[in-house]
Amino acid sequence: MEKIRVEHLDFYYGNYRALSDVSIAIEEREITALIGPSGCGKSTFLRCLNRMNDTIRGTRVNGKVLLDGQDIYHRNTKVVELRKRVGMVFQRPNPFPQSIFSNVAFGPRVLGLMNRRDLASIVEESLRGAALWDEVKDRLNEDALSLALGQQQRLCIARTIAVKPEVILMDEPCSALDPIATLQIEELMQSLKTKYTIVIVTHNMQQAARVSDFTGFFWMGKLVEADVTDSVFTRPQKKLTEDYITGRAG
Amino acid sequence: MFAQKQAQAAHADWREFVIEALIRVLGFSTIGFVLLIFLFLLREGVPSFYKVPVSNLFGTRWYPNFDLFGTLPLLLGSVLVTVTAILIALPLGAATAVFVREVAPNWAREILKPMIEVLAGIPSVVLGFFGMHAVAPLIRGTLGIPTGLTVFTGALILAYMALPTIISVAEDALDAVPKSLRDAGLAMGATQWQTIWKVVVPAARSGITTAVMLGMGRAIGETMAVMMVTGNAARMPLSLDSLFRPARTMTATIAAEMGEVAQGSIHYHTLFGIGIILFLLTFLINLAAAATIFKKRRRGGLR
Ligand SMILES: Nc1ncnc2c1ncn2[C@@H]1O[C@H](COP(=O)(O)OP(=O)(O)OP(=O)(O)O)[C@@H](O)[C@H]1O
Ligand SMILES: [Mg+2]
Repeated sequence: MEKIRVEHLDFYYGNYRALSDVSIAIEEREITALIGPSGCGKSTFLRCLNRMNDTIRGTRVNGKVLLDGQDIYHRNTKVVELRKRVGMVFQRPNPFPQSIFSNVAFGPRVLGLMNRRDLASIVEESLRGAALWDEVKDRLNEDALSLALGQQQRLCIARTIAVKPEVILMDEPCSALDPIATLQIEELMQSLKTKYTIVIVTHNMQQAARVSDFTGFFWMGKLVEADVTDSVFTRPQKKLTEDYITGRAG
Repeated sequence: MFAQKQAQAAHADWREFVIEALIRVLGFSTIGFVLLIFLFLLREGVPSFYKVPVSNLFGTRWYPNFDLFGTLPLLLGSVLVTVTAILIALPLGAATAVFVREVAPNWAREILKPMIEVLAGIPSVVLGFFGMHAVAPLIRGTLGIPTGLTVFTGALILAYMALPTIISVAEDALDAVPKSLRDAGLAMGATQWQTIWKVVVPAARSGITTAVMLGMGRAIGETMAVMMVTGNAARMPLSLDSLFRPARTMTATIAAEMGEVAQGSIHYHTLFGIGIILFLLTFLINLAAAATIFKKRRRGGLR
C-alpha cells in the first residue's frame, strides 16, 4: 500500500529553490531512507511531509503531497491534524525540560486526555514501544534532561508514538548518538515498522543500507534515484548515485 | 633599537599599573561605600531594637507622638501593596512578554520594545501625580468610597512601575527557549497557543519567576508614588476591604517622618530600624531571585 505520494514537488526558501520536481512514492509500513550530501534538501523534503516548513517565513511549495490520497497542502487540510498523523523525530534529542512522564503525556494531553489512569497507560505503552520502559519505569518523575542522549532520543520517539501517528519522520536521529545508542535506535526502528510508516534522513549510508527497505538519493534539490534499497546499493541506475555511494562524489 | 623597545615596554608597564590600580581602587571603594552605608544603617537602626520594647516595636499601633512604635501595620501595608501589585503585574507582564516575543509581528515588536523601555524611565513622582489626580478619583467615583487613595491605587501604580522590568526579563527568558522545543511541540500537533503555554512558558518558568522577583524588589522599595497615592494611614490591613482603604508603607513612613524627627530620638532610631527591616526584605527577595537563576544555571543554561 502506498502511504505517501509526492508529485512534482518544488520548494522555495524565498527565491532560493531548495527542491525541484521531486516525485516519490512511500510505502506503508516500510522504512524509506533519504540519503545525499549536505545541503541537498533532505531535511527540507522531510519537513514538507508534515508541513513543518510552514513555520519558516517566506517559504513556498508547488506540487502535491498526498497522504492516503489527500493532498496535505490543500487549503482544507488542518495542519494540526496532519502533524498528529505524521510525527517527527529531530536530529538532536529535544525532550521538553519537564519530567519523563510529562514528555510522553504531552501529546495525549494536548489531545485533551486528562484522566491520570489513561495517561499512565499510554505513557507505559509508548515507553515500551520505544524500548525505554525498563530503563525509566522507576524514575518517571525525573527530569527528562537527566537521561543519556540515546535515552533522550528514544524518549522523543516515545513522545511521538504516544499520539499514535501513522507516519514517523526522522531527521538524522542518530547523528548525535554513540554507536551503541545508534544500534538501539536502529533495532527500535525495525520493531516500529510493523506499525508505522517511517521515513528517515541519514548521512550514514551503511545505516540506510542496514535499516531501510527503500532508498531515495537526493542531489542538489533533485531526487536522482529512488528504488528498493538493495538495488540502489548494488545496482544503481545512475552514474551519480554510484559515484556517491562508492564515495567518489559528495 | 633594543633599548628603545625596552623603554617603551617599561612605559607600557607603568601605564598598565596605574590603570589597574585605579580600577582596583574604584572597585574597592564601591564595596567600601556600600559597607559604610550598611554600617550606618545598623548603627542608627539597631538601638531601636533594644530601646523600644519588643511588644511595642512589633505592636499594631504606630503613633510616634505617643511613643507607640508598632511597625506591624507598616510592614503589612508594604506587603499588601506589593503583593497586590505583583498579582496585577504578573499576569499582565507575562502575557505582554508572550505577546511581544511569540505573537507580535516583527514590526510591532520593534515598536513595542522601545516603548516598554520608555515606560521604565517615567519618574515615579510623575506616576504618583498621575495616580493622585487620575486614578484615585476614578476609583473613588466607581466604588463610591470616601477616598481614592487606597492600597489598590498604590498597587496599580506600582504594578505599572514593575511592568517594564517584568516584561523585559520575562521576554529574555522566552527568547532563550530553544527553537527545537517549539518545533517539537508543533510537530506533535500542538497549536501555536498550546506550544506557547505548555512548552515555551514552562521552559522559561524560572526566568519568569526571576522577572517577578526583580519586579517585586523594585516595587517594595518604591517610595514616592506610593506615598502619594496610598493615603498613608497606619492602620492594620486585616479585613478584606483593606484593599480599598488607605494604608501606609514602610518606605512612605521613613520618607514622610525623617524630615521632622529629632536626631538621636527613639523615633529617629525606629525609622532606621524600619530601614533595616526593609533592607532585609529586599535582600531576601533578591536572594531568592538569584537562587532561582543559580539553580537553573547549574542545570545547563537559562532555558
Ligand atoms: N531556513 C532556511 N532558509 C533558507 N535556506 C535554507 C533554510 N534551510 C535550509 N536552507 C537551504 O536549503 C538547502 C537544503 O537544506 P537542507 O537542510 O534541506 O539540506 P540537508 O540535505 O538536510 O543537509 P544536511 O545533510 O546538512 O542536513 C541548503 O542549501 C540550505 O542552505
Ligand atoms: Mg538536514
